[in-house]
Amino acid sequence: MVIFFQQVLNGLTVGSVYALVALGLTLVYGILHVPNFSHGALYMIGAYAAFFAVNSLGANYWLAMLAAAAVAAIMGVVSERLVFARLKDAPPMHDMIAAIALLLFFEAAVQAYWGAEFHRLAPPFPQIVRAFSLTAPAQRLLIIAAAFGLMLALHLFLNRTWIGSTIIATAQNRQGAALVGIDPAFVSTLTFAISGAIAGVAAVLFAPINLISPTMGDLVITKAFVIIILGGMGSVGGAILGGLIIGFAESFGAFYISTDYKDIIAFALLILILSLRPQGLFPQGAR
Amino acid sequence: MSVRLAITALAIGLALVFPFIAPNDYYLSVMALVYVNALAALGLNLTAGYTGQLNLAHGGFVAIGAYTVGLLTVDYGTPFWIAFALSGVVAAGLGFFVGLLSLRLKGHYFAIFTLCVGSVITLLIEKWDSLTHGVVGVIGIPAPPGLGPIRFDTSIGQYYLVLAFLLLGLFVMRRIVDSLVGRTFVAIRNSEDLAEALGIDLMRNKILAFVISTFYAGVSGALYAGYVRFLGPDIAGVSRTFDLLSASVLGGLGTLTGPVVGTIIVAWLTQYLQFLQDYRMVVFGPLLILALILFPRGIVGSLELWAARRKAMAEPRAPQAAPLAGASENA
Repeated sequence: MVIFFQQVLNGLTVGSVYALVALGLTLVYGILHVPNFSHGALYMIGAYAAFFAVNSLGANYWLAMLAAAAVAAIMGVVSERLVFARLKDAPPMHDMIAAIALLLFFEAAVQAYWGAEFHRLAPPFPQIVRAFSLTAPAQRLLIIAAAFGLMLALHLFLNRTWIGSTIIATAQNRQGAALVGIDPAFVSTLTFAISGAIAGVAAVLFAPINLISPTMGDLVITKAFVIIILGGMGSVGGAILGGLIIGFAESFGAFYISTDYKDIIAFALLILILSLRPQGLFPQGAR
Repeated sequence: MSVRLAITALAIGLALVFPFIAPNDYYLSVMALVYVNALAALGLNLTAGYTGQLNLAHGGFVAIGAYTVGLLTVDYGTPFWIAFALSGVVAAGLGFFVGLLSLRLKGHYFAIFTLCVGSVITLLIEKWDSLTHGVVGVIGIPAPPGLGPIRFDTSIGQYYLVLAFLLLGLFVMRRIVDSLVGRTFVAIRNSEDLAEALGIDLMRNKILAFVISTFYAGVSGALYAGYVRFLGPDIAGVSRTFDLLSASVLGGLGTLTGPVVGTIIVAWLTQYLQFLQDYRMVVFGPLLILALILFPRGIVGSLELWAARRKAMAEPRAPQAAPLAGASENA
């Protein structure tokens, strides 16, 4: 029972981090129809920004999280303005290649400054929370609470605010949105900023129980792609559900099958599902 | 046409005399590795450039070819050339099954799926210790043994061996893309719906392109194994696929010689930027993005367009010439 609870907790933690990363990815896909491979780099940049803020500037954890969100958002905006906006009319393959180029560029740039070795962000809440006969590290509970809080905030922003609905309108129909006076260029930039900020926060939440390295985003982003394919590209609810599915599959798979192969589980799941259902689990967003 | 013939003859001639004008063996080994990579890039170009399917697992298939040679020769004592012959077959055989699954997906979905396949191949090589030696890698792969009087254990012998395979690969690729099959691939790239309406079997042709492409990858990997004689899991990584891809884009996706030209240029740039070592992507990333924005057709593609325009200008105008030229420009 205790072990089972432990796996549920692990699954929720990892799953909510994946869901946050996948959310940004799916938002960008909804607007620009670009699979933004460089999204994993925004996640990684967020972690390094927080690392820098804590270790070199002496900021506390929350300020570091804010800095991470800001830096990742700015990097997202810069890559949209300088790269994706200019490749709008290019063949779709060029977008994808440029996105990979951005990913490798960011990784190399960070590695040039901080080196390839692993870093640690000191856990701000090393306490253990006890309730009934179960124990849970406070950081994991924080991740889950913050992730779901952020998802709720994003949901309210997209559906209840005027500016959020311009994003949904543009995702539904770019020309139609432009016709009623929504500036698609502004919406694209805004979407990149939001998705970058979410990725940055996700990285700072996850970093204290994980390690920071230039390539830390690679596996996360590939899994985020798995998630948004499972959940339907461009669907916000699907990204959250898909994130949790992968999180649980990994934590239970690592425990009951093998820790060595836990990273393969997500891909194996994707290959299995797409082999049986090429349109994905929830084909609403499929093209 | 005669200009093209002259350029071809000049390029092959240069490649043939290169060992005698190269200042030392180092340059020879750089060029030999360029040819190995160019062969893999040729395969990538068949799917990405001609058929319009971005296969991000291509590096994984290179690794499969390389590991086929490495593991068969080191662990099972198979003679090199038998392992070599098997490498392309194994890669293409696996490519057939991966293609069967992945090619039902279109566009972005296909690219993402193959990215995951590439991750699976890398992780399997890393974790399946008992088969692949894991992160330790495969050490002590024999050099290709000589065939009759020709020996391949010298750097000049190796150079001519890989050059021969690259030229053979180029020749076969040219026969493919000039054939009806090659035109079918291009039709699929330009519009899958239109191609299907013309009666083209999309699945069959895409799988054919994929299998040929992975065969090229496998042979390139086998040559790599015989040349470098050491293998680690990183050769399957997505950054290697990306190196091949960026070279092809720079040279010109969907042109016959573009991948080769691109690979040569990237290799020499890397030599000049050697002080950057692991950070070369700091320079290459932006460079490639600039190339994508400014020269989406790549070097060879832009030259071909320029030559075609000149030719069209020089020819006396037939009445229907103008609309045709406009149409091909939009394609």
